[in-house]
Amino acid sequence: MDKRIQSSDAGIERIQDGATILMGGFGLCGIPENLIWAIRRKGLRDLTIVSNNAGVDDFGIGILLQNRQVKKMVSTYVGENKLFEKLVFNGELEIELNPQGTFAERLRAGGAGIPAFYTPTGYGTVVAQDKETREYEGRMFVLERAIRGQFAFIKAWKGDRWGNLVYRKTAANFNPMMATAADYVIAEVEELVELGEIDPNQVHTPGIYVDAIFQGSNYEKRIERRTTKRTERP
Amino acid sequence: MVLNQDQKCERIASRIARELRDGYYVNLGIGIPTQVANFVPQGMDVILQSENGMLGIGPYPMDSEVDADLINAGKETVTELKGTCYFSSADSFSMIRGGHIDLTVLGALQVDENGSLANWAIPGKMLKGMGGAMDLVAGAKRVFIAMEHVTRDKAPKIVRTCSLPLTGVEVVDFIVTELAVIEVTPDGLLLKEVAADTTVEYVQSVTEPKLLFPLDGPVPMLV
Repeated sequence: MDKRIQSSDAGIERIQDGATILMGGFGLCGIPENLIWAIRRKGLRDLTIVSNNAGVDDFGIGILLQNRQVKKMVSTYVGENKLFEKLVFNGELEIELNPQGTFAERLRAGGAGIPAFYTPTGYGTVVAQDKETREYEGRMFVLERAIRGQFAFIKAWKGDRWGNLVYRKTAANFNPMMATAADYVIAEVEELVELGEIDPNQVHTPGIYVDAIFQGSNYEKRIERRTTKRTERP
Repeated sequence: MVLNQDQKCERIASRIARELRDGYYVNLGIGIPTQVANFVPQGMDVILQSENGMLGIGPYPMDSEVDADLINAGKETVTELKGTCYFSSADSFSMIRGGHIDLTVLGALQVDENGSLANWAIPGKMLKGMGGAMDLVAGAKRVFIAMEHVTRDKAPKIVRTCSLPLTGVEVVDFIVTELAVIEVTPDGLLLKEVAADTTVEYVQSVTEPKLLFPLDGPVPMLV
């Protein structure tokens, strides 16, 4: 078995306009940089993108917004992107905002064969509008549906040709759930290693979830807020 | 004495830090809440959780230590400690929703008489999203609000009923501002502490709902 592919462009060959794509990352940390650039190059349009954030104006998912390739975003926090706000207020972009824990669990459920679940989060807020609610042990809960994508773009630190993945530090974030919740899952890694090089005890995403894998290149790994010991506190 | 912005934040953050206990797992929101970390008493182990998948947030890095894969929920570069661990966002919110976080500190646009909170949207003006705030208020054992007492236009932020989109219904336990410490009780808002440089009358004048008083009256705000 060999899930290796040559490049990000090869990875997205089967994706068409209007597709729904899950994209890992929190802010700019742990985002599938190579695959996002490939989508930009190919010029796919009317995409629905499921991602915690929408990048910044000129990096990450921001480069797809610039090019008007996105029809709808399903996210939790989009505050770092001025263009995003403008597109939404002009009616050029649809947005569905989720509480972050609900978003994470909807993806987890999507990958785990669970169609919906009750959560206390958002009860009594706009998030619960038009959703079923139910009382359990004196507390109210909101029914939330699972999310699945046609494709998922995963960014990991290391991977092998069976698709086993290891993430690094806080760059894991939504990648592990998204890797389980799409019909076709493409992983880009910083280091593609030989089978057996990853300690089996340390595998985060078992290869069963991954359909294609390649070693990315030219990672910028841009930092959104570089705070150091010498940084003045806000 | 009129406090500047930094002094207000410092007072609020240091007051909330007095609520910390050894062994607490704490999630701090962005802004004033983040500063609570600067006032953790020496020798006390308080484990800071970051909803992007980390327990045990260390201080900001030296320039040479900056790592793009190591950020907090405010997207700031941070460091790890001995004992730090990382996990997925699903695990992170299991901790949060599942009642494993002892204390969360969040900012607010409005808090109402019943402890309902609005802190994520201003319709037509500000589009950011709720991030993890709705889960934190739904799941943390105690919810503290750290905020300035009034808006920039001097309008009350502690109101009878929130007019902005809610983050959670009846979720706040305590409100700490530069002027006062207020507990949300089933009977209403209890003015427990008042800062030395203000008065009960002034605090009431910038607070929309009628404040309740403890039997012996409010005490001076601990700092």
